[in-house]
Amino acid sequence: MRGYRLLLRLYPASFRHEYGDEMSAIFARRLRDASNPLARTVLWVETIAEVMPNAALVHGDVLAQDLHYVARTLRRTPGFAITAVLIVALGIGATTAAFSVTDFVLIRPLPLPDPDRLVKLWERTPGYPTMELSAPNYRDWKAAAKSFASMGVYRSYAVTMISAGEPRRFSGTAISADLLPTLGVAPLIGRGFTADDDRDGAAGTVIVSYQWWQIEFGGDPNIVGRSVIFGETPYTVIGVMPRQFNFPSSDALFWTTNRFGEPDYQPSERTNNYLYAVGRLRDGVTLQQARAEIDVVATQSMQQYPKENKDTGAVLLLLRDEVSPRARLMLLALSGAAACVLLIACANLANLLLARALGRRRELAVRAAMGAGRERLIRQLMTESLLLALVGGALGIAIAVVSVPLLTRLVPTTLPIASAPSVDMRVLLVAAVLTIVTGIAFGLAPVLRAGASPDLDGLREGARSGGGQKERLRSALVLAEIVASVALLACAGLLIRALLTVQAIDPGFKAEGVLTMRTELPMPAYGKVATREAYYARVLGEIRATPGVISAGFVSFLPMGSMRGGIWPVVVPGDAEAASDTRRASNVAAIRYVTPGYVEAMAIPLKRGRDISAADNRDRPFVAVVSESFVRRYWPGADPIGRHFTFAFADREVVGVVADVRFRGLERENEPQVYLSSMQVADDSIQFYSPKELAVRTTAPPATLAPTIRAIIRQADPKLPITRVQTLSDMVDLETASRSVQVRVLSAFALTAFVLAAIGIHGLLSFAVSQRTQEIGVRMALGAQSSDILSMVLRRSAALAVAGVIPGVALAYAAGRSMEALLAGITPADTVTLAAAVGLSVLMTVIGSLAPTVRALRVDPISALRTE
Amino acid sequence: MSEIAREAETFLPLPPATFHILIALADDDRHGYAVIQDVAERTGGALKLSAGTLYRSIQRMLEQGLIVEPRERPAAHEDDERRRYYRITPLGTAVAKAEARRLTQLVKLARAAGFAPGRA
Repeated sequence: MRGYRLLLRLYPASFRHEYGDEMSAIFARRLRDASNPLARTVLWVETIAEVMPNAALVHGDVLAQDLHYVARTLRRTPGFAITAVLIVALGIGATTAAFSVTDFVLIRPLPLPDPDRLVKLWERTPGYPTMELSAPNYRDWKAAAKSFASMGVYRSYAVTMISAGEPRRFSGTAISADLLPTLGVAPLIGRGFTADDDRDGAAGTVIVSYQWWQIEFGGDPNIVGRSVIFGETPYTVIGVMPRQFNFPSSDALFWTTNRFGEPDYQPSERTNNYLYAVGRLRDGVTLQQARAEIDVVATQSMQQYPKENKDTGAVLLLLRDEVSPRARLMLLALSGAAACVLLIACANLANLLLARALGRRRELAVRAAMGAGRERLIRQLMTESLLLALVGGALGIAIAVVSVPLLTRLVPTTLPIASAPSVDMRVLLVAAVLTIVTGIAFGLAPVLRAGASPDLDGLREGARSGGGQKERLRSALVLAEIVASVALLACAGLLIRALLTVQAIDPGFKAEGVLTMRTELPMPAYGKVATREAYYARVLGEIRATPGVISAGFVSFLPMGSMRGGIWPVVVPGDAEAASDTRRASNVAAIRYVTPGYVEAMAIPLKRGRDISAADNRDRPFVAVVSESFVRRYWPGADPIGRHFTFAFADREVVGVVADVRFRGLERENEPQVYLSSMQVADDSIQFYSPKELAVRTTAPPATLAPTIRAIIRQADPKLPITRVQTLSDMVDLETASRSVQVRVLSAFALTAFVLAAIGIHGLLSFAVSQRTQEIGVRMALGAQSSDILSMVLRRSAALAVAGVIPGVALAYAAGRSMEALLAGITPADTVTLAAAVGLSVLMTVIGSLAPTVRALRVDPISALRTE
Repeated sequence: MSEIAREAETFLPLPPATFHILIALADDDRHGYAVIQDVAERTGGALKLSAGTLYRSIQRMLEQGLIVEPRERPAAHEDDERRRYYRITPLGTAVAKAEARRLTQLVKLARAAGFAPGRA
């Protein structure tokens, strides 16, 4: 019989208590009736087979009943249901979205085999903590270092291809044959590069990315062996990489070989830094050991080439750590904010459920008195909590799925990962479990307590619900919410201030009303200065004749565009230091060739002298327009006009001084700038810097002129690809895009926290007021004024606000300190921000206490006392 | 149609176990084991309700108001102290009748189609 009793445990306790004895009696009788051991065995088997599905059905009955009951009670209190669901949804949604992005960028291993063994090798020179490698240094260092199983290099490489009848630019990567084996990834179809493909003079070969294969080649299954024309040169497609391969970043559409020859390894090339090197550490070699070795190698190299490699060291970083400290900090700040929101959500949910449970004490007591077992009450409350958590959770997942794509701007483009993260299931699970546990724990608290002391207090008329202990717990929860929301508000405020500061930085030019685009000039076709000048003259002439155009000009590279480097050593007569050490950041300047009209189109203020003019041709003395910082560096306090310096293989005379332009970006250090005449250069020389980016200042909205200008360029040369058509304002805005996203996200979090905390305060005070209705009634009956009642309620809310704001501000300061690098010089103790955060939280307290206060004032002494 | 008959319609079709229990309680209050025995007897041993099925049905039928646990017990000599007795309610009777009517209709239809023995 004990066995049968055990089987009955499968049924819900309520059912077992009700019918267990009867069922046992029936089973005992049947067991008695079974005449022999065989019959008894059959009876047991039958019973076991029957109890299991039947018990499940009874559980189902109970669940259906509970759901029905819960749905009915929730319909009666829609405010509670909606609030609870929203709290859960916001908590789960916000946390999942934020942590998904963080995990994607900072935590998840790179989608490459053994990613922890992959390192990136850089040069380091004074002023440049990580600089690309030069080809000769790469060759020497690779040959000397023994710490690496293999090593390869890559550089960005764009090509022009006729696609859909139009010349278009496609960005890819030129790599050494040993790069893909170093990364440990083989093509999906076709073969990888061999040393023969990577020889000087070898025929062009290309491996395409899975995405490009699908988009550009329609997923052609016979793509291997197909010929494509890059510029004018045929390349043979030899393979397709797997879909997940995004190296060096998700922008790479194809890979071709470097095909370096001896000219690429000449001594003069040692200061031409453009290669990125990736190595795989040999088994058993630690990063520290490899660093120690490469330092020795770099030192030897420095001694061997004292001029070219002066002060040149080596830097070895894990490939995984190719995330800028700012991007990392942004994501960490975001995660911290998300954690705050989740905690606030949980605290609020707990509070809400506690308040509701206290309010329902009478109902629960009545139902217990009517014979509902404790187990049934627990089950019902649990069903309610779970239902709310599940509905909220589903909504939260929807929020996460919708908001993750909004955060892709925070994914740095320097990592070999996909550009868009997906919602992370593990993160989702953790957030969901945390919320559900909170829901169940606090949903059950009251009935567990009621069950512990089965008194009938709840039934007594006018019973005060909630003891002092629970009251304290609720106050503590609300306090935690206020602290967290003050901290979040302050952090969001600091970041908003930082964003405004950065946006207020003068880029050195006027971004409004300028259309920009890039027209790659194919070489060698445009190698001669005269060819280029004919093109510039025709295009600029027609553009300037277009109605609505104020001025137009070409430049090597627009500021804050795709190419932000481009520096050249400066040699000034009499400046010994500059002459001896051309690798220092203080001895170089940004080199930009321009056509007349560029400085005007960009509205870069001309401070002295004149702009580059059409008369500055090859027959005239070579001239230069320099930036103010250039003058400060070389001729402080003196008049620079007429002075000479050597730059880009020629002596240059300064004819003008312009304001400094932040060509590297709003928040970066910028070297001095030198503008040279597009005509004053030798044929087929320094082609990389030939002006090809166009700036057009207009009176009309710039974008409206794009079709006209495209047509002008198309007519001048139909083979030129036109890319990056955008307004200069958009380019500048992109500078602060990740900041803006972060400010928006953090503000959304802060707002959520603000609302949740206000709800928490409201709940706590409403409850306190309803608890003291009688007391208020008595006081009023005894002659208390409205103002007395008012101060009684407001004292409480003021106490909450003060107790929450002080630690909140301290926490905000600490958080601000840890993200100081993001603040663009705003101090974490910024008075305006902290005052605003405090003001907002006081406002929040006032809003939260409004309704309860009004309720307290409306207490009618007569009816309040009647219930006593 | 009366109020109670209309309400009875909402219970149709009736689960077989429920119908059998209603029939077993038609003429007398019975306890659980007696219901099982009665059903087995009437069906010639073809249907042996298990204790689980019985009490799951009973719990439901109590909630639905088809049966009740009467306060007064049967005459002393018949009473088994440990047992709980069940009694059919007027709603229960109406539901059983409605189900019987429904089944009769079905059988008529089946006969007309030549599926069942008896007069067509």
